[in-house]
Amino acid sequence: MKKTMYEKIWDSHFVVEAAGQAPLLYVDRHLMHEVTSPQAFEGLRNANRKVRNPHSILATMDHCVPTKNRNLPIADPIAKKQIETMADNCKENDLNLYDMKNPNNGVIHIVVPEHGFVPPGMIVVCGDSHTATHGAFGALAFGIGTSEVEHVMATQTLPQKKSKTMLIQIDGELSKYASAKDIALAITGKIGTAGGTGHVIEYAGEAISKLSMEGRMTLCNMAIEAGARAGLVAPDQKTYDYLKGREFVPSGENWDKALAYWKTLPSDHGAKYDTTIILKAADIEPQVTWGTSPEQVTGVNNIIPAPEDFDDKIKSQACKDALNYMGLKAHTKITDIAVDLIFIGSCTNGRIEDFRIAADITKGTKVADNVTAIAVPGSYHVKKQAEDEGLDKIFTEAGWEWREPGCSMCLAMNGDELTAGQRSASTSNRNFEGRQGKGGRTHLVSPAMAAAAASAGHFVDIRNL
Amino acid sequence: MQAYTKHQSIAALMRRSNVDTDQIIPKQFLKKVERSGFGQHLFHDWRFNEDGSDNKDFELNKAAFKGAKILVVGDNFGCGSSREHAPWAIEDYGFNTIISTSYADIFYNNCFKNSILPIVATKDQLDRLMDEIDANEGVSFTIDLENQQIITPAGNGFKFEVDAFRKDNLSKGLDDIGLTLEQSASIDKYEEKHKQNFPWLWT
Repeated sequence: MKKTMYEKIWDSHFVVEAAGQAPLLYVDRHLMHEVTSPQAFEGLRNANRKVRNPHSILATMDHCVPTKNRNLPIADPIAKKQIETMADNCKENDLNLYDMKNPNNGVIHIVVPEHGFVPPGMIVVCGDSHTATHGAFGALAFGIGTSEVEHVMATQTLPQKKSKTMLIQIDGELSKYASAKDIALAITGKIGTAGGTGHVIEYAGEAISKLSMEGRMTLCNMAIEAGARAGLVAPDQKTYDYLKGREFVPSGENWDKALAYWKTLPSDHGAKYDTTIILKAADIEPQVTWGTSPEQVTGVNNIIPAPEDFDDKIKSQACKDALNYMGLKAHTKITDIAVDLIFIGSCTNGRIEDFRIAADITKGTKVADNVTAIAVPGSYHVKKQAEDEGLDKIFTEAGWEWREPGCSMCLAMNGDELTAGQRSASTSNRNFEGRQGKGGRTHLVSPAMAAAAASAGHFVDIRNL
Repeated sequence: MQAYTKHQSIAALMRRSNVDTDQIIPKQFLKKVERSGFGQHLFHDWRFNEDGSDNKDFELNKAAFKGAKILVVGDNFGCGSSREHAPWAIEDYGFNTIISTSYADIFYNNCFKNSILPIVATKDQLDRLMDEIDANEGVSFTIDLENQQIITPAGNGFKFEVDAFRKDNLSKGLDDIGLTLEQSASIDKYEEKHKQNFPWLWT
């Protein structure tokens, strides 16, 4: 039978299906951060259970960590306790932790690929919905809840129900300055935030093959925004070149064996998907969200819709509520929306490529009056690489703040946040009400679009620069 | 885990779709290392005014919905972040049943780990339940998991689907980890073979 990549990974990780229970899948890699793990460790302790495979876990601190004055103690006592609890739990269970002071520290989904911790064909979980990122390597990577974090620690398996499969094929080449982020947003706009529910998405087509590994990570990262638990891209030469030589990637004879396995992973020609969606890359414009859900998105040259533009009653009401929250009028041109704060960073767009393209647009400009612009590298390695290339200077000379790594304004848990009514252009992944601070108004964009908005003070079509 | 039993309870209505877990439990409450006490923060930003008083316009603050165990909501409930703090808050507030047309996958799984039954209704079934609550705020529905049935005073009830294993574990309050550990011999056997194929995963 012809199989999709998802089915191949499922079959190779199937452990057992006991009568009356869901199939158990084996988990190879388990990623952790401080927010969704403490209660799982507590559960293990209460049940007198042990971590089955400590070597399968890589942990970091990212959500609550400050992005400035890192040498000072964390001011928020509850966040401080959470960080300390993470350190204690990792020590007690002998886990590999990149703590705040470790040169490998950063956002979990940025750090993991840097060390080659997620190889193709494996199953990877994390108490974090953006685990989907690692599908860029052809690994089945998905977010889980804290009870499941405990389950994986205790058993190295998870009871799972088979997902449906969705092929999203992007034909042709992207236009200049349209990026992986724009593909991700355009897909969410087309199929909606529940469009991928119950599915694993496989991204394919010329535009996907041509994406860098960083771009593929951005795309898979936002599979969850389209409702899918996981996104997948077939591994190819770019994947192997990226992985070779990294810390957790095999070498010598084991590399050859691993490579032979990885080459068997791509979906068989003619394999059947439950759903297929085909888009033309050339139709994908730089995207800007205008509402409070990632599906409320449009091209930069368009206008904001009005509630009456939607036939569906619920969508119409959602539009009305969103415009009210966002303080926007229907039919305003996207390029007429003025912004107060620019954020480049997050597990979606906090990689070196993101800062390179943003710096390219920022070079020789100045941040507009009354606009604050912050650049938050996804990890210390990204920060160092950017500094080695002189990118930090380009940002700071233009009036940007160059910060320490962390999740920062993506979910505003660490004190970096919008005040009520402030409007951001953000390279993160969610524009939900209050996501970047209570009353804050978020517009999701690519790094290039964010950088251009910083100097203009409003959205601009970067293709005209 | 608490066993889920047949009950009759007030059904609260929120006519909202795409309710994300950031709304269910905003991020400022995720810093705790405990599993309890999240109910007081459920829907915080919608539920409370700036001064901490109840927002009278928020659905769940209606007197008729006090003590409700059933939450009836629009499509795609629980989308966004994987935070299990969302079902912890829902359960701690007092709900043990949610009725919607669809749920985000991670949230759906998380419910079953916390003695919450997320019932999937068709659009038409949901509309009728919503209309019944609108016409009679404070109405109680009966949820019968064993027979997979909702019963309502106006006769808008229906049979619902739920996976057999999820139903069984929920109705008996079984510990998933305990169940999986019963399969330890199979896990050991699989792992041994996996290790031979991919020894470098163990270094």
